[in-house]
Amino acid sequence: MNAATSRNLTIAFFVLLAGAAISPMVAGPAKFPQWLEVVLGGLMSGVLYSLVAIGLVLIFKASGVFNFAQGAMVLFAALSLVRLMEKMPFLAALAVTVAIMVALAFLIEFLVLRRLVNQDPIVLFMATLGVAYFLDGFGQTVWGSDIYTLQVGMPKEPKILFENTFEGGILVSMEDVVAAVLAAIMVGALAFFFQKTATGRALRAVADDHQAAQSIGIPLNRIWVIVWSVAGLVALVAGVIWGSKLGVQFSLSQVALKALPVVILGGFTSIPGAIIGGLIIGLGEKISEVYLGPMLGGGIENWFAYVLALVFLLFRPEGLFGERHIDRV
Amino acid sequence: MIYRETGQFKSTYASDQQLFPIVQDRWFVIGVVAFAFVAVPFLASEYLFLAILIPFLILALAAIGLNILVGYCGQVSLGTGAFMAVGAYSAYNLAIRMPDLNLIVIFLASGAIAMAFGVLFGIPSLRIKGFYLAVATLAAQFFVDWLFARVKWFTNDSSSGSVSAPPLQVFGYGIETPAQQYLFVLAFVCVFALAARNLTRGAIGRAWMATRDMDVAAEVIGIRPMAAKLSAFAVSSFIVGVAGALWAFIRLGSWEPLAFDVNRSFQLLFMVIIGGLGSILGSFLGAAFIVILPLVLNQLPTWLGIPLSTAMISHLEIMIFGALIVFFLIVEPRGLARLWAIGKEKLRLWPFPH
Repeated sequence: MNAATSRNLTIAFFVLLAGAAISPMVAGPAKFPQWLEVVLGGLMSGVLYSLVAIGLVLIFKASGVFNFAQGAMVLFAALSLVRLMEKMPFLAALAVTVAIMVALAFLIEFLVLRRLVNQDPIVLFMATLGVAYFLDGFGQTVWGSDIYTLQVGMPKEPKILFENTFEGGILVSMEDVVAAVLAAIMVGALAFFFQKTATGRALRAVADDHQAAQSIGIPLNRIWVIVWSVAGLVALVAGVIWGSKLGVQFSLSQVALKALPVVILGGFTSIPGAIIGGLIIGLGEKISEVYLGPMLGGGIENWFAYVLALVFLLFRPEGLFGERHIDRV
Repeated sequence: MIYRETGQFKSTYASDQQLFPIVQDRWFVIGVVAFAFVAVPFLASEYLFLAILIPFLILALAAIGLNILVGYCGQVSLGTGAFMAVGAYSAYNLAIRMPDLNLIVIFLASGAIAMAFGVLFGIPSLRIKGFYLAVATLAAQFFVDWLFARVKWFTNDSSSGSVSAPPLQVFGYGIETPAQQYLFVLAFVCVFALAARNLTRGAIGRAWMATRDMDVAAEVIGIRPMAAKLSAFAVSSFIVGVAGALWAFIRLGSWEPLAFDVNRSFQLLFMVIIGGLGSILGSFLGAAFIVILPLVLNQLPTWLGIPLSTAMISHLEIMIFGALIVFFLIVEPRGLARLWAIGKEKLRLWPFPH
């Protein structure tokens, strides 16, 4: 399939998708506020998926490791923060948690990655799965396994917007809005870090070509520590937002499974892909859940995102913004 | 001294290409199988059968199936649990809706249904590669979890969502005692292990391996990628489906979709990687490792006399499990089968190192 056909098919896919998303609205003008509510909710939860997905993409870009432990890192960071907050003020707890995540990155690089250089990708993937098990067990051994509520001053009350425009207005969860703003700030900071700092340039060089980067004197090991630290901080932000939404509990480590379709839809190597993929998946999931779910018996949000991503990959095997892969013999 | 091939000349192609070219290997395998069939049923305790031997054999069978896909054909799948679930629920529905069917026919038919399902979810592999494919196979996993939890027809409208296997019978003999169950499973595992070993050393197996090593190059030398990939998915999910049916009927008895969730898929992938990719023996070694390790970890505090709460034990268990996985991957990324091969090489030279 040549590039033009592929592009046309991608466009066709999105036109279909947009059509499907808009179709419930067309059904009747009275339903418009409700539809808008669903769309906004979907986009917001999409931002939350992106948060986890960005961590995955960062590590994959810099080291070619598909880091399954990202979800476990989210749980571990949130658990550390919530338990430390019982003993010290918020900012001190945050600082200690950041230190813990950096130490964790250092340990993972020293104990795992350094010893598995040049192994098959699948071996590295399995190693991160082992790390995920370890972190799940370790976090719960050290910090306990109850459900903790994380109070960081997120507004809990939903707000009603556009009361004048529509009858009854639309209900928007302020928590999600704050989360989306936080995520936007974080993405901005990451973009600045990658584009404008020397370390960021080194990271991009490593992502482009390990060997070339090494040959001009970029220390690979230190870059990996930095990348895993950054991914740990992203996990912390995700952990704070998810944790204050759902409570800090074991199921937090399952958010990685929510982020996987986002990553493959956006492309493994693209941060904008992770964000846009997150929005598409969040939107698709919410709309299908509300409008398609009742027809199919409910509970479809668990697989719908995966099937959506799978269908999309049939058109574009490297995701939306992933690097085009050229096979040579 | 004892393990030496000196004097074993191969004068025909057939003897050169036989399953176990070294006489000692042949006798060793025959001995192990004979021991497993004849002696073990009399020697083993009920605990040994139910907690170790039967789970080990069934999971080894599933691992063989997965190894064909991942180890031989190079298509990473995270949806093995789903294929097991399809096998299990097909067997259940066949047994409930056609009670006169022979149990062996039921198991083979449920393997065939899982095969059709596997080929369906294998089609994306023609376009998608690597980790994109691995994540895409998760679609099968979550879809199947949902299907068997929500669509009541598959569970015969069971109100709790869990289903029970009917009493098992083959040719008029009941399969009730642990020893009978063990022999039944063992027979299945032996047949499938032999079949898998033969498939992987034949033309089709070589096509799979060529596709794994480099699919473009394989295509250039005339291997049809579609046939190779889809046949790997078909054979793999057939075996995995049979293993799923055995797991449900014999190991569990009554089960719900949670028994085949994504953790089962990861567990099987662990077995294949720890055991050794692209090795039938490795599937057995990996299954033994993953089945026995949690039991040992669980009992260890009691043996050492350290008082710990059960919650603490389970947390420590997954923690040590994860650490050991990483440790094994670092020590020998090519798995236990590789260690076994190194051991055999060493033994060949022993006691004279040159």
